[in-house]
Amino acid sequence: MAEIRFTAVHHRFGTRVVLERLDLTLIEQRIGIVGANGSGKSTMARMINGLVKPTSGSVTVDGLDTYAKGREVRRRVGFVFTDPDNQIVMPTVAEDVAFSLRRSGLSKPEIQERTREVLRRFDLHEHADHPTHLLSGGQKQLLAIAAVLITGPDVIVADEPTTLLDLRNSRMVNDLFAGMPEQVVLVTHHLNLLDGFDRVVVLDSGRVIADGSPDAAVDSYTRLLA
Amino acid sequence: MTVIGLYQAGSSVLHRIPAGWKLLGMLLGIIAVVAATTPWQLGVAAIVVAAGFALARIPARVAWAQLWPLRWILLFVGLFQLLFSGPERAVMVCGSLLITVAIAALVTLTTRVTAMLDLCQRLLSPLRRFGVDPDRVGLVLALTIRCIPLLVEIVREVSEARKARGTGFSLRSMAGPAVVRALRAADAMGDALIARGVDD
Repeated sequence: MAEIRFTAVHHRFGTRVVLERLDLTLIEQRIGIVGANGSGKSTMARMINGLVKPTSGSVTVDGLDTYAKGREVRRRVGFVFTDPDNQIVMPTVAEDVAFSLRRSGLSKPEIQERTREVLRRFDLHEHADHPTHLLSGGQKQLLAIAAVLITGPDVIVADEPTTLLDLRNSRMVNDLFAGMPEQVVLVTHHLNLLDGFDRVVVLDSGRVIADGSPDAAVDSYTRLLA
Repeated sequence: MTVIGLYQAGSSVLHRIPAGWKLLGMLLGIIAVVAATTPWQLGVAAIVVAAGFALARIPARVAWAQLWPLRWILLFVGLFQLLFSGPERAVMVCGSLLITVAIAALVTLTTRVTAMLDLCQRLLSPLRRFGVDPDRVGLVLALTIRCIPLLVEIVREVSEARKARGTGFSLRSMAGPAVVRALRAADAMGDALIARGVDD
């Protein structure tokens, strides 16, 4: 598993402190991050692939600074956003998945073959030539995940990927993450999705208030909200 | 949901012609239409284009959806031409407009976006020495096509939210929320593009 390290990370947006003195090393395969709205969990997730640079401190993935070495980090770290509509950039399903491989050095037939394989894996092969905006919410999120996985990242960071989905699609996406061989960092409000996770970090007002097994962490989080 | 300008999967002759030849054919077709001097010449062009839609097995409702948005423009232009130039001129101008849009639509409907982007990049590659990035231009084109249905959806949702709150149609009042949401979507899409290595 990759080593994701937050060292003395402090982050503010204007005068608002979003993350305060974060010191964490994440090496487990399934890591959950939970917290109320505004607790800093999305900001923390976005630091892992270099989308956000901490105001002070550093975030590294296997020793690579996620902001200074963003290119190398993003080859290893795939990111799944909450709203797949913002992540899908091409007009059709197959084109969007293939877009991820445009700089892979693979030939066109190889890209087409890998795209077909991935679409079959996610049960989207029948929609290969369909316009992306006509997919259901669950299908769009699967497409977004497929487009990330086709590049073969070591780590998947998912920022509340089930927030916009109904229960059935949430479970489908969650089952997908549960079965992945890649290291997964999942930001979520849905505590039931954390079953079987190796570690759960609970954030509140930018600070870690609990960090450990899912049961203990969820317990802390529930007491915090009470 | 809009079906304007979206690829329709198929295996017809038109689908299999390379994008470059189709674009050249489109250019020549548009030149021929603009150069037409009589309504019957336009009629022949219209029949050829209709045959193209049939050959590509484009469903009638999809073909119609490409042309339906032109109705107000055609009405305005047609009335104007009728009043100031006469009926034949009105037919020529409106007919030319309709047929050229139909030709462009036929090419879009039978050509994958990636094929168009590849062609665009090949054509622009000699301009690299002048600082033009063909990959970036291709991406902008693809995003433009992708964002059309997104923006249509944003405007629709803002309109529905207003209706749900009992307010009537007001372009000025809708513009604000629609623009804000569009900008937020653009920001989020920018993050997603970075995450997908576009700037790397």
